[in-house]
Amino acid sequence: MSDIWEGLVAGFWLVASLDADLVEITLRSLQVTLTAVVIASAIGLPFGAWLAIRRFRHRRAAIALLNALMGLPPVVVGLIVYLLLSRAGPFGVFNLLFTPTAMIIAQVIIITPLIASIAHQAIRDIWADYHDLLISLSTTGGQRIRTLLWDGRRALMTASLAGFGRAIGEVGAIMIVGGNIDHATRVLTTAIALETGKGDFALALGLGFVLIGLAVAVNLAIHAIGRTESEGKW
Amino acid sequence: MVTPILPLTMTGAVVKRRGKTLLGPVDLDITAQGFTIVMGPNGAGKTKLLRALHGIERLAAGTVTWQVPVREAQERQAFVFQAPIMLRRSVQDNLAYPLRLRGVAKKDANARAAHWADRVGLGDALGRSAPRLSGGEKQKLALARALIRDPDIIFLDEPCANLDGRATREIEAILKEAQAGGTRIVMATHDIGQAKRLADTVVFLMHGKIIENRPAKAFFAGPQTPQAVALLHGDIVE
Repeated sequence: MSDIWEGLVAGFWLVASLDADLVEITLRSLQVTLTAVVIASAIGLPFGAWLAIRRFRHRRAAIALLNALMGLPPVVVGLIVYLLLSRAGPFGVFNLLFTPTAMIIAQVIIITPLIASIAHQAIRDIWADYHDLLISLSTTGGQRIRTLLWDGRRALMTASLAGFGRAIGEVGAIMIVGGNIDHATRVLTTAIALETGKGDFALALGLGFVLIGLAVAVNLAIHAIGRTESEGKW
Repeated sequence: MVTPILPLTMTGAVVKRRGKTLLGPVDLDITAQGFTIVMGPNGAGKTKLLRALHGIERLAAGTVTWQVPVREAQERQAFVFQAPIMLRRSVQDNLAYPLRLRGVAKKDANARAAHWADRVGLGDALGRSAPRLSGGEKQKLALARALIRDPDIIFLDEPCANLDGRATREIEAILKEAQAGGTRIVMATHDIGQAKRLADTVVFLMHGKIIENRPAKAFFAGPQTPQAVALLHGDIVE
């Protein structure tokens, strides 16, 4: 119990004093995660919509595979990305291993199926409503996808937020491909793992509370911007 | 000079679902002028016929032929569904949507949307959420959205079902205005009174087949099939 209390106090002082290391780590966490979410959303949202409206031979298998990929083990993703980016790997020439870019790549791979799958579920419902109208108006495939993405934007925001939630708390993959290097690739989750390993539970807990606060703040900010609960919205 | 898309010719059209024939074989000509009412009991195939004519129902056999290529014909026709489909947008955005699809500038599209909203009595509701409108308002919006591109022909699937007398009268007034403006109208209805008020031609369907296709006056004065006689007498027709 005292560890938790000390963690709360440590977290409060870290935030109150705007600790330089904490600010750096927090900003890097945000940079890596938000970049990954933007890229994964740019891929996953249109793909989910496409999957909802398109009929093709192995569609059910593709949806099942996508849903299965939601449970992709981050450590395995980290290992594969590590092998691809290591000097001996096919992309070693780009020198991306142990950089924030490598961490972003790993996170994109982890959260894209999650975002695409949730987007597919949301768009499928809207498509069921809109199907006859959009067919009747002779819309092209691109117009249908744009319409569904726009009209489903509030539901799709939930998909992106789910991706953000998974990415901001992810540690296994980014530890492997980022290396948790101080002032280079250290983020909140890897810092927590490090402090826990060192036995500094109070600081680890403090960082943990900062992480939770950050995740809640980003969610609230996006809901406020999207006005998801506004009266009269559709 | 724009090539007319009508007359429309449907030949040997058959619609099937899981091996069961729901419509056809049907032969039907839709001429360039007039107001065609499609009648028949539930399950007779009215909706299937309209959807097949409009090109949103896959034919198991037969053809639908326009005077212009199919793609162009699709661009110059519209459909109003029995349950109006509202985009999750404002009234104005719903009206502007078909125009925006065609690349009309947002400002022009919004101006025409406002004009059509006024025409159907929704001028004060431009900013309201379309899915939150009443049933009558939704149907008027759906009708205005269908007419905003000035279609050559419009298909309507029981647009006044579940509407009260006032809303029905408003819809009929809009349809008459559209017809006067040169839009060909093909509409399914259960309402014999409405058919008498609007129809130039009546197509009567039973079990997926057309059993009467005659001028409205002749049909109402002397129906030639026992089913049509029964329907006009207010009997139950199955």
